[in-house]
Amino acid sequence: MSELAWIDAALTGARPQAIAALLRYFRDLDLAEEAYQDACLRALRTWPQKGPPRDPASWLIMVGRNAAIDQVRRRGRQTALPDEESLSDLDDAEARLAERLDGAHYRDDVLRLLFVCCHPDLPATQQIALALRIVSGLSVRQIARAFLVSEAAMEQRITRAKAKIAAAGVPFEAPGPVERAERLAAVAAMIYLVFNEGYSAGSTDRDERAACSVEAIRLARLLLRLFPAEPEIMGLLALMLLNQSRAGARFDATGEIVLLDDQDRALWDRRMIAEGLALIDKAIRHRRRGPYQVQAAIAALHARAARPEDTDWPQIDALYAALEQLEPSPVVTLNRAVAVSKVAGPEAALAMIEPLADRLGGYFHFFGLKGALLLQLDRPAEARTAFDQAIALATTPAQAAHIRQRLDRLAAGASEGRA
Amino acid sequence: MLYAFLCYNDEDTVFSWTPAEDAAVMDKLDAVLQPIADAGRFGPAARLMPTTAATTLRKDSDPPLVLDGPYAETKEQLLGFYVMECADLEAALAVARDLGKANPGGAYEVRPVRLFLPGTLPAGTTA
Repeated sequence: MSELAWIDAALTGARPQAIAALLRYFRDLDLAEEAYQDACLRALRTWPQKGPPRDPASWLIMVGRNAAIDQVRRRGRQTALPDEESLSDLDDAEARLAERLDGAHYRDDVLRLLFVCCHPDLPATQQIALALRIVSGLSVRQIARAFLVSEAAMEQRITRAKAKIAAAGVPFEAPGPVERAERLAAVAAMIYLVFNEGYSAGSTDRDERAACSVEAIRLARLLLRLFPAEPEIMGLLALMLLNQSRAGARFDATGEIVLLDDQDRALWDRRMIAEGLALIDKAIRHRRRGPYQVQAAIAALHARAARPEDTDWPQIDALYAALEQLEPSPVVTLNRAVAVSKVAGPEAALAMIEPLADRLGGYFHFFGLKGALLLQLDRPAEARTAFDQAIALATTPAQAAHIRQRLDRLAAGASEGRA
Repeated sequence: MLYAFLCYNDEDTVFSWTPAEDAAVMDKLDAVLQPIADAGRFGPAARLMPTTAATTLRKDSDPPLVLDGPYAETKEQLLGFYVMECADLEAALAVARDLGKANPGGAYEVRPVRLFLPGTLPAGTTA
């Protein structure tokens, strides 16, 4: 690897901790980002000559902090006499720096940084954009491409999100245990949103959006390192690794969706699967079941099956039943119906999803599954109606293409039947 | 003399490598190691999963204390390691407990292996 690539990886790896500490110091996202950028520029100048520092994050925090303080002082001089209050603030903060660089503080710093990105006033799309921009350091252009919007529109979206956060005020007090748990849950949900943004991408925009999934996994690893005994964070990381392990098998050469049963399992990433399984093992020891752990356990049963027919469907059905209790939602019941169709047959599954029609009437997967079940029950006319409804609700071209393929096959089957 | 090489680096950086960058590093390392392997001097090697996959068993208390995460203290020194096949983490921790009973004090960090190379040392090689 070239020296520049190494420095780039070191800067990427240190970014969340560095920005988080600078945010704690300056209590202002823009200033923290500027300070970090300044430190990166200096790193690019000095690291190639002097070699990388032993602890890149600490180096960036120190240098970024000093650079920003210089700037604040310079600005002060240009405009008016130094504001005594702000100076004494800075000195006070300086005295506490040694303590702040202590690793234990990173924990709440990083959690705070992630937490401000998932402020409840921000819609999900803005949370994701903000986390990718500020925490992961993706460029506005990269994020814009992932969301299929123009760079200017994304810039505006991020600016607006930042303004909202600034108006709401960043929570700087050290969180108590209950508050810390709440922040962790909000942050975990935001990381999972980031992951799904990448995972739900179709094949055409896969490369750009796949970056979101990779970033989410990196953030979850960071979070788990800071909170090593949280089974739900283990579950979240395991779930994402196990889902991501199938990334190379989910689309065929022409970009069509390949269903789980039809995927070439040799293309699944065994290392990601192994890491996911190891994390589930760790989580289970805590005997504190949670939604991410249960979903990870379901993904693990798929990962463990060498062939589709080896899948432990009764166990998957039981896990979905547990998930329905932990987190009741029509989408969970819909997913459970797939397991039920394998265990008890399509009729039972259809009976299970029919009551969901009201709440899932605008959901692509509801009609996709309904059509597939009706087809298994040899009710082609009704299946066709369901598939037509699914196409109308498809959110990616690949989804629509997949259903169209099924309709074509249905039509071909019908004409063969007549012949 | 047999030497063990213990590899340390910043995992935030290493796990920020793209797959292409990772593969490039591995290729460069392979170029160094291949002649040693060809000469029958290369022992077993392992690339470990990140520390988030680690569990630590402190065997200086009875019963031993199981903690999530890597060994993170500085008062003991790394004195050796085992590599063995275990069905799952519980099985691995059971072995660690038995070892701890045989030799109390200190700790075992139990870390899953990501990549294992059996090596080319002839059978019966001794230190």
